[in-house]
Amino acid sequence: MRLLASIAIKHLLARKRQSLVSLGGIVLGVAFFLTISSLMQGSQKDFIRRLIDNMPHIFVTDTYRNPSLQPVERIYGGKGAIDLRSVKPVTETRGIRGYGQVVDYLRSIPGVEASPVLAGQGVLSFAGRDTAVSLDGMIPEDIQDVVTIQDYMVSGSISDLIVNPNGIVLGEELIRTFSLERGDNVTVTAPTGQVRTFKILGVFRTGRSDYDLNHGFVSLKRMQALMDRPRRANTIIVKLPNPYRARAIAADLESRIGYKSISWQESSEDLMTTLAIRNIIMYSVVSAVLIVAAFGIYNVISTVVMEKHRDIAILKSMGFLARDIQRIFVIQGLVLGILGSLLGLPLGSALMYALMQIEFKPPGSTQTIVMPLDWGWLQFAIASGFALSAALVAALLPARKGSRVQPVDILRGGV
Amino acid sequence: MSEIVIKTEHLTRKLFGEVPVTLVEDAGLEIRRGEFVVITGPSGSGKSSLLYLLGLLDTPTSGTLWINGENVSAHSEDKLAELRLAALGFVFQFHFLLPEFSALENVMLPMKRLGCSSDEQIRARAASLLTDLGLEEQQHKLPRQLSGGQSQRVAIARALANDPLLILADEPTGNLDSVSSENVENILKDLAHRHNRAVAVVTHETRFASAADSVINIVDGRIQV
Repeated sequence: MRLLASIAIKHLLARKRQSLVSLGGIVLGVAFFLTISSLMQGSQKDFIRRLIDNMPHIFVTDTYRNPSLQPVERIYGGKGAIDLRSVKPVTETRGIRGYGQVVDYLRSIPGVEASPVLAGQGVLSFAGRDTAVSLDGMIPEDIQDVVTIQDYMVSGSISDLIVNPNGIVLGEELIRTFSLERGDNVTVTAPTGQVRTFKILGVFRTGRSDYDLNHGFVSLKRMQALMDRPRRANTIIVKLPNPYRARAIAADLESRIGYKSISWQESSEDLMTTLAIRNIIMYSVVSAVLIVAAFGIYNVISTVVMEKHRDIAILKSMGFLARDIQRIFVIQGLVLGILGSLLGLPLGSALMYALMQIEFKPPGSTQTIVMPLDWGWLQFAIASGFALSAALVAALLPARKGSRVQPVDILRGGV
Repeated sequence: MSEIVIKTEHLTRKLFGEVPVTLVEDAGLEIRRGEFVVITGPSGSGKSSLLYLLGLLDTPTSGTLWINGENVSAHSEDKLAELRLAALGFVFQFHFLLPEFSALENVMLPMKRLGCSSDEQIRARAASLLTDLGLEEQQHKLPRQLSGGQSQRVAIARALANDPLLILADEPTGNLDSVSSENVENILKDLAHRHNRAVAVVTHETRFASAADSVINIVDGRIQV
């Protein structure tokens, strides 16, 4: 193999300008491939990170994916002699029964945090004005482990609800609209007719105006009383140490407890599909750059094969095998591919570093944005792997042609 | 009587096209170790075609070919290549040296491909072959820096690299001046008579024929008895 490699390298060195041009194509191809794919992957990861950070990894809801069968259907399976119609399920208080046990089970998994929530609607009244609000009844000690609301507090704290269970935390937009202040009392009327007065203990601002206008947090006990659903929660929010295991854990959890458990991937399936399509488009576009570069390799090796027909004939007459000849030209492609990767990756890294220095404010945003770039090894591996594959395929075609040269055809021709 | 290096019986090579052509027909011959054989004939008579068949570069349409007692007619392309590498050496009208390699490297190529010796041994043998052929000073020169005669001697050294049983030369002096031609002719004769190798030379030159142990005259693809 060393002999074949030395012949291959001598061939490339003999055509320095052509080899450099095709090498340049691969270098630029790898650099652009790396930069663009790293930018796209970086933005995707940034997006998913924000998504994961701001939403629970798993929701356990108080519904069933498949409604449970009525006892009569379960026992007779519709095969009885008497057809029972209009069978109504027993009326019961909605919510997750024994949510405490479910939460305890979830917390027994290392690193997993879980918190029960009873969510419901109410009408908030103040100074003769009313507005509908979505209220989350939760355990203040636990909720901070599973949601990031504490990060968005502009005044007070979720923990203040521990000290004063009759408190409420509201969004800044609602506070502003109703000319409220922290420490004011507001009245909340539930659909059950229950009315409670809550003291405003904290104000949050997430930046999502509808959420900041229509959302509030109270303690779980008060919410259960308000909704007349004692010992019930209708959601369990779960945070995992590895969010990417959410789908598997949600499926396992659902099979154990029966309640519908939705992973963040499932609830964002449309977004994930969009991201996957975006990736396909991105890789198609950046691959095109390398495919064009591969044509350069094809071109240089085809030329070498054509020019070297006589040498191929001589090598074969000496006793070199057809596969030796093929290897010589494949090695040439691989040398260009490897060198292209070795030079293209640092160039791509430099481009990535330059992009990282760019800071800008999108119109309407208060935050300065920096380009999210993914420096993961996988991007580097994909870029160099694709370059090598493209170089290999580009070299293989002329190499096969070269290996089929019949020495006698060339020798008969004289030159 | 010395051993037979190559033997053919009813060796025929035809080209099947719109107009079928017979290159070699019913050729039967024997070349022994230490024999200097000259193949002559008019242009287009099939001399080179016969040489390519003997050199396993072309496949006969019919007939049988033995090399060192082994019937090679049914060998695969790879097996034939291995035989060419180990048992045959070629010298062509043009030297056909690889232009990117020095004279020494060109001679080392077949030995490296055979891979039976260390790099040092290969280098030493190549240097010794070039020295024997009077090219000691030219070892590290590229083919373009050598004269026609020197290049042809490098090609002979390359043909001898793996110590072949049979050396096949196709018009080896066709591109050389008279002094270089005589030099090459003497080298080939020496290889047969002093180094006990079988040498077959295709040539137009009558001088070769006069020095040959046997002459094969071929006309229209047929060996003339």
